[in-house]
Amino acid sequence: MRIGSLKAERRWALWSAYVSLIIAAIVMLAPPFYMLVTALKTSAEIADQSGNPWIVLNPTLENFAAIIGNPMFRGFFWNSIQVTVLVVILTMLISVPAAFALSRMRFYGSQWLATGVFLTYLVPDTLLFIPLYQIVGGLGLLNSTWGLVLVYPTLTVPFCTWIMIGYFASIPKELDEAALIDGAGWLQMLWRIFIPVALPGIIAATIFAFTVSWAAFVYPTAFITRPDEMPLTIGVVSQLIRGDTFAWGQLMAGALLAALPPVVVYAFLMDYYVAGLTAGATKG
Amino acid sequence: MADGGAMAAPRAAAGGTMQRMARRKSTVAFLLTLPLLAVIGGLVAWPAAYAMYLSTLNRRMTAFIGLENFAILLDNETFRGVIWQSCFFAITAVVLKALIGFWLAHMLHHIPTKGQRLWRGMLLVPWVIPPALSTLGWWWMFEPSYSSLNWLLAVFAVPAVPWLGEPWWARVSVIIVNVWYGAPFFMIMYLAALKSVPEQLYEAADIDGATGWQRLRYVTLPMMRNIISITVLFSLIVTFANYDIVRVLTNGGPRDLTHVFASYAFQVGVLSGNIPRGAAVSLFMFPLLAVIAYFVLRGINERTKEIGA
Repeated sequence: MRIGSLKAERRWALWSAYVSLIIAAIVMLAPPFYMLVTALKTSAEIADQSGNPWIVLNPTLENFAAIIGNPMFRGFFWNSIQVTVLVVILTMLISVPAAFALSRMRFYGSQWLATGVFLTYLVPDTLLFIPLYQIVGGLGLLNSTWGLVLVYPTLTVPFCTWIMIGYFASIPKELDEAALIDGAGWLQMLWRIFIPVALPGIIAATIFAFTVSWAAFVYPTAFITRPDEMPLTIGVVSQLIRGDTFAWGQLMAGALLAALPPVVVYAFLMDYYVAGLTAGATKG
Repeated sequence: MADGGAMAAPRAAAGGTMQRMARRKSTVAFLLTLPLLAVIGGLVAWPAAYAMYLSTLNRRMTAFIGLENFAILLDNETFRGVIWQSCFFAITAVVLKALIGFWLAHMLHHIPTKGQRLWRGMLLVPWVIPPALSTLGWWWMFEPSYSSLNWLLAVFAVPAVPWLGEPWWARVSVIIVNVWYGAPFFMIMYLAALKSVPEQLYEAADIDGATGWQRLRYVTLPMMRNIISITVLFSLIVTFANYDIVRVLTNGGPRDLTHVFASYAFQVGVLSGNIPRGAAVSLFMFPLLAVIAYFVLRGINERTKEIGA
């Protein structure tokens, strides 16, 4: 192969890469972009079918103002925040100590339990929601955000434990030997050494738990039918679509606002987000 | 080994102290894993077993009827359609996601490192937005009288498509949305795998005069084989069990033809109030999931061995 053709091949590869990426970016960003365009339109402009639907001529924030002014929507938001914060705290309190014990304190059945954690991660929520519906109902927690706080850990704990096992396992053994010689107990070791050293992993796991609880859809759809207890996902989908004429502008504004917290977290902590995503398979 | 460390230090100490330490260690370990055991046992294993029990009851949950719910379901033409649609949906969507994700990861890997972050950031957006909400946006783009997609098609003189009105197009629409949502995940996984392939292997291949295709076939793919299979199997589970996209986009329609296991289980079990039969519907997912889980686990174990070696 001659040098000239190699150079041409490289250039061609770079061009095809950029063209593919531009097309992909347009496709990937088109739906959120169109949601934003719709949310910025007046109802009259949405109804007007003569022009290009992808551009907005007279942008207005009235849809956002209307949806923020809607007490029901603010209630959804508040419910989502409550449930998510509680679930994230609960998840970390459960999975970090458990991952520490599983990765460092080999005990009878620990290997087996680690595999079990991974298997539960593979059990989808759509397989469990009917028995959980009965169980949550038996506890009198249907139509209550507490029922969601109870069941969301099934979505978050297995994966968070799994990636924390990976992170903890990557910490050199010399560190805990040194701590043991210094007379530190296991809990001190976890608190003083493992949590600070594995902080990137803990951040990644927290982000994961946050995103998953914020986006959870199956459980709230099944367990919650009262609008005042609904979190955002099901609230926006089921309550804002009522009525004969859809208020598309408001609906899109509501969906965008509801999607905002995970997107903001992602924008600021992208590297941790990606690390958490890939850790499941690469750290195993 | 933590045990080794613990044992090496107090060698001089009496056997009694060591035993006590070991006992304390297992007590601490037990207490630390107790909440995890409660979640796995109480909220996953027990409900799974309970689902099996539920599926053997009659509608009022007063009598044991054995496997009758399963037999009734298999006799039902709608449900056979659900089985078919679930498999068709999951397989088509996963294959497309894997191919698109692989292509994008490759393209991303080709451009200078400085620009990769920005592109990756943009392309991952669909994965970040809660799917129930982004599907709402798609629903609006598919809306028959205002469809902005049909407007785009009209620009290229393509006739309007009845996205959600006609069964086959509705199936295609559900797949499009799922691929849009899931392809970025594949891209990120493959990109991480591509970056982990040692550069020396490519240099060696270049010296041997390998073409681009041969580099892909004999270096990249074998090195990524494990991640590819884990990602595909994992996505197969998630896609197979998908609920939100179908619920928001078509809610099973038109004429129950886009129902997948999850949405049909929801309709039968929760909306129509036949809990046992709904449980039976979702249990139909179980054998397939078990087989996939077995292969995922095998892949993970192999990978752990590779890393350990």
